[in-house]
Amino acid sequence: MFELDKDNFESEVLQADGPVLVDFYGNGCVPCEALKPHILRLEETYGDRIRFTGLNTSTARRLAISQKILGLPVIAIYEGGQKVKELIKEEATPQAVEDMLKAYCGL
Amino acid sequence: MEKIYDLIIIGAGPAGLAAGLYAGRSRLDTLLIEKGVDGGQIAITAEIENYPGGLSGPGTVESGAELIARMTAQCAQFGVERLSAQVTRVALDGPVKEVHTHEGLFRAKAVLIATGAHPRPIGCPGEKELMGRGVSYCATCDGSFFEGLEVYVIGGGDTAVEEAIYLTRFARKVTIVHRRDELRAVQSIQERAFANSKIDFLWNSVVTELHGDDGVLSAMTVKDTKTGQERRIEADEEDGMFGVFVFIGFLPNYELFAESVQMDNHYILTDDAMRTNLPGVYAAGDIRKKPLRQVVTACSDGAIAAMQVEHDLASGAIG
Repeated sequence: MFELDKDNFESEVLQADGPVLVDFYGNGCVPCEALKPHILRLEETYGDRIRFTGLNTSTARRLAISQKILGLPVIAIYEGGQKVKELIKEEATPQAVEDMLKAYCGL
Repeated sequence: MEKIYDLIIIGAGPAGLAAGLYAGRSRLDTLLIEKGVDGGQIAITAEIENYPGGLSGPGTVESGAELIARMTAQCAQFGVERLSAQVTRVALDGPVKEVHTHEGLFRAKAVLIATGAHPRPIGCPGEKELMGRGVSYCATCDGSFFEGLEVYVIGGGDTAVEEAIYLTRFARKVTIVHRRDELRAVQSIQERAFANSKIDFLWNSVVTELHGDDGVLSAMTVKDTKTGQERRIEADEEDGMFGVFVFIGFLPNYELFAESVQMDNHYILTDDAMRTNLPGVYAAGDIRKKPLRQVVTACSDGAIAAMQVEHDLASGAIG
């Protein structure tokens, strides 16, 4: 998983050529920590179709808010500079993320 | 022949982890299933002041996550098998219980239901749409987004007031919105809140609607419970947004068992050995009908349940 920061979000996500998954997490967010290994596992299956990235919002608060992220965790898919899908907080279960990826990849 | 466990525990909160510890020590062949985070509600609690033996005091208040990490490690020491999966369906009649999950079907002679509870939502318009966009039920997850901003905490119990105190680390001002004219939290927590200059109170008030501006929480309607009058509270113009953190109690996670186990108002009924109406099916923790839902009572339930499972298996009552 590629680690984003506030300086490269624009180029790596918003200007990216293909679709990008962003795992928005934060320091002290226990549900985020629990979700992370599942996202890494899903990257093994779907990583060749969607680029997997993560952003620690604790060091990029303004950027997160600009993306309308005010609650964690959020797993979002960006395409063409837009957030096209997202699962927020309780919605972001491992199963729901996999279902979102499957639907997005047309599997 | 498929494997049959002695015991499957559903939920790795304090009740499930304590049961796992006791079952493991008794050498019961045990599987502990958790869909999300070990500890559940308590894992996202900023401070635990009232668990006996937990460290507490100025500068040494333990978080829920720290306490649970020790419980998880202790449970693992005794060889309890773990599974990270969501249970989708159970079949609890008969001597062999079936637990269906996203990771497959598991069988056991006994099942302990320790699924706990989840935060009760306000249930007002706008709440669902603005969840994660200003509305939160987890201060440790989302508090830092509101650094320097205003935050409203809904509720007046222990959790609400403790989390309000925690949120003053980030927020410019924290207003506790409570439907009565006095807090329900225990006295020592109240004293800390009243002494905190960042905390303000909005008494006799309930939130009736949450309003978003461009998808972010920016206003709310509150109703005075005495006069019935409603008014709209807008975000500070410069901020353009504020946070609402909801701590108005919990609802039991009962749905999987609604058809099989006896309940009262969605809480599972047990005897004092944690047995439900079904042989081989036990319940522990917040999911039970009981007078006090705390970490310490959840652990107690879990220990009693595990020992009862051992006893019932040994005596031939189940299995």
